[in-house]
Parts: sequence; C-alpha cells; structure tokens
Amino acid sequence: MKIREIASLLGAEVLCGDYLLDEEVQSACGSDMMSDVLAYVKDQGVLVTGLVNPQVIRTAMMMDMRCIVFVRSKRPTPEMLALAKEHHIAVLASDSRMYEACGKLYSSGLGSEACANG
Amino acid sequence: MAEALRFHYDVDGDNFTSAGAASVEVKRKLRQLGFDAETIRRVSIAMYEGEINMVVHARGGSADVYVDKNSITIILADSGPGIPDIDLAMQEGYSTAPDNIRALGFGAGMGLPNMKRYTDEMKIDTVLGKGTTVTMKVYFTTGKSTSSAE
Repeated sequence: MKIREIASLLGAEVLCGDYLLDEEVQSACGSDMMSDVLAYVKDQGVLVTGLVNPQVIRTAMMMDMRCIVFVRSKRPTPEMLALAKEHHIAVLASDSRMYEACGKLYSSGLGSEACANG
Repeated sequence: MAEALRFHYDVDGDNFTSAGAASVEVKRKLRQLGFDAETIRRVSIAMYEGEINMVVHARGGSADVYVDKNSITIILADSGPGIPDIDLAMQEGYSTAPDNIRALGFGAGMGLPNMKRYTDEMKIDTVLGKGTTVTMKVYFTTGKSTSSAE
C-alpha cells in the first residue's frame, strides 16, 4: 500500500514527507508503548500511535519505518516534525481513534501481523 | 572496516527529549560504514534502549561503541543506583520506571530484555550505589548479520 492511500483511508493530513507519498509499505504497527514497538516489530513500515513526544520519531527511525500516523487528533511538535524530516519519515495526522485507524488499514490490506495495544 | 573504530558519547541525564541522540548518531555512522540494515538495526535498538535506561534510572552516563573486524561492542556506563536484582530486571514486563516515563511510552519492562534480544552477548556489571556498566556485542561475520533478532 502506498503512503498516499493510508492518508486517504484515514482522512489524514500530511504534515511532512510529501515526496514519500508514493512509497510502498507492507505492514503497520499500532501502539502507544515505544518499548513494545522496539520489541515486537519487524519490517513494519508504518507506526500508528497516539503518543506525542520526540521518542516516537526516534523509535520509528530505529525501526527503519517510513511513516508515522498520529491518531486521536494528536499533533506532533515542530521539533518532532523537524526530526522526522531530517530522517525522511512521512508524518500524517488523523482524527481517527487507534482501533478505527488500524481496522481501516488492516481491512484494506495493509499487513497481517500488526501488533496493537494502544 | 578492518580498522577498529571508537565512538564516544556523553548521555545527558537531565533531558528525556534528547535521549537516544547518541544511538541515532551511531546508526548514521554504521550506515556510512556500509553495514547491512539488520546489523545496524540490532546495534542501534540495543543502544537506544540502553540510553533510555541511563536517562531514566541513572541520570545519564557514557556510551562507547567499538567497531572491530567482526563485531560491534557497545559499552554503556553510568554512576546510577545500580541494579539490586539482575534476574528480576531481565524479566519481560518488570519495570521500576516512574509513571511519568510510562506516559512517554517507555517503562514497559522491555528495555533490558530487548537489549539482550538484539545482541549476541550482553554482560551487566552493577554495584549498588555505584553504578552499572552494560557491555553488548553484535557480531557481523558471515550469516550472522542477517540472522533474526528473535
């Protein structure tokens, strides 16, 4: 699935990384616990989270993720966006709840082994 | 990559916001050195968890990374309170992190288990009231660097 389709499915605003919208991603992880993302995720290109602090961006960087979707109308800080831009991570913001966002992505064919606890 | 390289970082213990900056830098350096993605990921995740631990529990410390012919060694040293029961600390889900750290997405009790999971060797030297030194090693000889992290 292209990052562009994720934005469209979730009615999400693209906050940075427009040039990454045609990148393909295979699966996603939904979590508010970064330690769990670091523990259980493998080759998942998208992080869906409602947690807002710079460690979210660093966690995504560590896992080589290409896209972060902030749910529940959460907005990253300018500092977080700068960090994401520097490391070529697309950042989206959606009003969807975590469960709804993950459900929409999963039922549209994004990945089959996403972890979810958020 | 034949020559041994050493990278040294001071980890600021007063600033959770910047925690992980050294790991990001190491990741960048390893990428420049041409390591494969899996080796880079293992080293940087293990170091990142360790860095977070030092900030959360020990008010910072130092991080040294050595790149040798067939391994990368990460040494994280702090002057924090020490770990009273290492076996307990190694259990997944056991955490002594305060609530404010949990609210930041850490403190799930996965730090040390993750560090062990992603590295080939891990040694913890700890003295109560004096500090803790965690030494981790990741080998990148043939086949090793592409092995699963689990």
